Amino acid sequence: MTTDLAIEAVGLAKSYGSTSVLDHVDLRVPRGGVFALLGPNGAGKTTTVRILATLTRADAGHVRVAGHDVGTQRREVRRRISLTGQYAALDEAQTGEENLRMMGRLLHLAPQLARRRAAELLERFDLTAAGRRRVETYSGGMRRRLDLAASLVGEPEIIFLDEPTTGLDPRSRAAMWEIVTGLATTGVTVFLTTQYLDEADRLADHIAVVDGGRVVAEGTTAQLKEQVGGRRLDVELAAAAGPEAFATLVRQLGPRAVTADPARRTVGIATDGTAAHVRALLDEIDAGRDRVAHFDVHTTTLDDVFLALTARPAPAEVRPIATENPSATEKRSEHV
Amino acid sequence: MSELALAEATRRPAPRPAIVDAAADVTTMIGRSLRLSLRSVDGMITALALPIMLMLMFVYLFGGALRTGIAYVDYVVPGVLLVCAGFGAATTAVTVSSDLTTGVIDRFRSMDVSGAALITGHVVASVARNLVSTALVVAVALAIGFRPSAGVGGWLAAVGVLALFVLALSWLSATIGIIAGSPEAANGFTFFVSFLAYPSSAFVPIDTMPSWLRGFARDQPVNTVVETTRATLTGGPVGSVAWHAVLWSLGIIAASVAASGMLFNRRG
Repeated sequence: MTTDLAIEAVGLAKSYGSTSVLDHVDLRVPRGGVFALLGPNGAGKTTTVRILATLTRADAGHVRVAGHDVGTQRREVRRRISLTGQYAALDEAQTGEENLRMMGRLLHLAPQLARRRAAELLERFDLTAAGRRRVETYSGGMRRRLDLAASLVGEPEIIFLDEPTTGLDPRSRAAMWEIVTGLATTGVTVFLTTQYLDEADRLADHIAVVDGGRVVAEGTTAQLKEQVGGRRLDVELAAAAGPEAFATLVRQLGPRAVTADPARRTVGIATDGTAAHVRALLDEIDAGRDRVAHFDVHTTTLDDVFLALTARPAPAEVRPIATENPSATEKRSEHV
Repeated sequence: MSELALAEATRRPAPRPAIVDAAADVTTMIGRSLRLSLRSVDGMITALALPIMLMLMFVYLFGGALRTGIAYVDYVVPGVLLVCAGFGAATTAVTVSSDLTTGVIDRFRSMDVSGAALITGHVVASVARNLVSTALVVAVALAIGFRPSAGVGGWLAAVGVLALFVLALSWLSATIGIIAGSPEAANGFTFFVSFLAYPSSAFVPIDTMPSWLRGFARDQPVNTVVETTRATLTGGPVGSVAWHAVLWSLGIIAASVAASGMLFNRRG
């Protein structure tokens, strides 16, 4: 087994009762940099992270994290990782500083060292002023930063971040992105899950796309985009063509239609962007030269990749909505 | 210390025996639970106000109607002490159960903090809370005419038996808190424990109960503790009931310690 991998998972499977959550997941995460597990709600992201972070046992499969087996060498793994979940793992009634010092003490740092480490982390995450306030008075963004600070007390080699920006406002989100980028430059491995394509695109060196408990694609951002073709051709049908013509066209294109928007009568099709290919596509779609009103050629976004891979045109839940905040009970059910 | 040296020192704390680390974790978790208890304002008010209201109610509302052979306030104080302690200890089930629903538990788990350390923190905080409320109840009792005849030895014995029982109940509640699916479910346990005080000599003599109930009322743990506390405080004959009280408590502690450790590891 190679040692330059931070995480290697082979054939992970997990079900809760008769509900299969993960179905043979393979992951290879190189050391250093940012790896994103991208997928919609319910794809199995949280379950995967919990298994990798030793909190949940897989039904089948083998996982090595930081060179140790999560099944048989939990302690060794736990010493080298940290997990920041979707819900702040902090005591609300303790101050920020007390929370960090408590984590330091639980890592068996001497009291002065725990205190110093807490001060240093508060400073680094711009929380020094709030350090003496109880966490219950913190904003969402401050909580997330403190939570991340708490996970860094022990200087982990691998940092798991489960949906680090879900529910944050755009400014806090940008701050979190900066922090993650900063972490990656210190040589640690960051493994994050996200349902936001722009987040994965912006932060990650490597991406695995999960859907329905399976990895449907894996690679660098560039490789993934290439899978779908370098460009996307959007064609808008003429209003006169009617909804039946639109439906017929989508059916005719099948999986080649990476997006479909009936309201705007627009279909997106993967293309290499050459004039010959675009012309051929237009001829194929509109042999009579009366159905297409406009067309447009774009550079492919990760959006297109995702839609093409999961064969799910324009799902509402993969749109980045900064204010979205799924209720705790709803998300908890995913990993009970 | 330079940034780098500090980072290095943080990453590798000096190796210590595992038992020292485990003891350090227990201390840290006790500190956490005590701090959280002190800051839970409504929890503290309930823990302190309810016992006093209960005692005033028994002494002034029911006291006139009850004939127990001695002044009712002298008769009932041990019972009230126990109901309060029982109630206070049983709320640990709710505290543990709600604690387990928070994300911080996952963090503790992933840091290899043992369930035993976490639960010990809760239990010690519970015992501390209850000692404070017990002291308060005794003070109020003395103010309204409670005149125990016990000397220092009797008081120490009474406090010792009560504290041991509070420890037992707290640990049992913590175990219930782990099993309970939700804080609401755990709350049901509080009711059950408070109820156990009624079929006992806490408020009325057992001779006044129907004969089929007397055996249970006499031998159940709450009654053995009430009788022991009353005997030690009022200078009555203590007899073998004290041993029963101690054995019940020790038995409950042993079973709960074993069960809570096992259940915590299985959960999640």
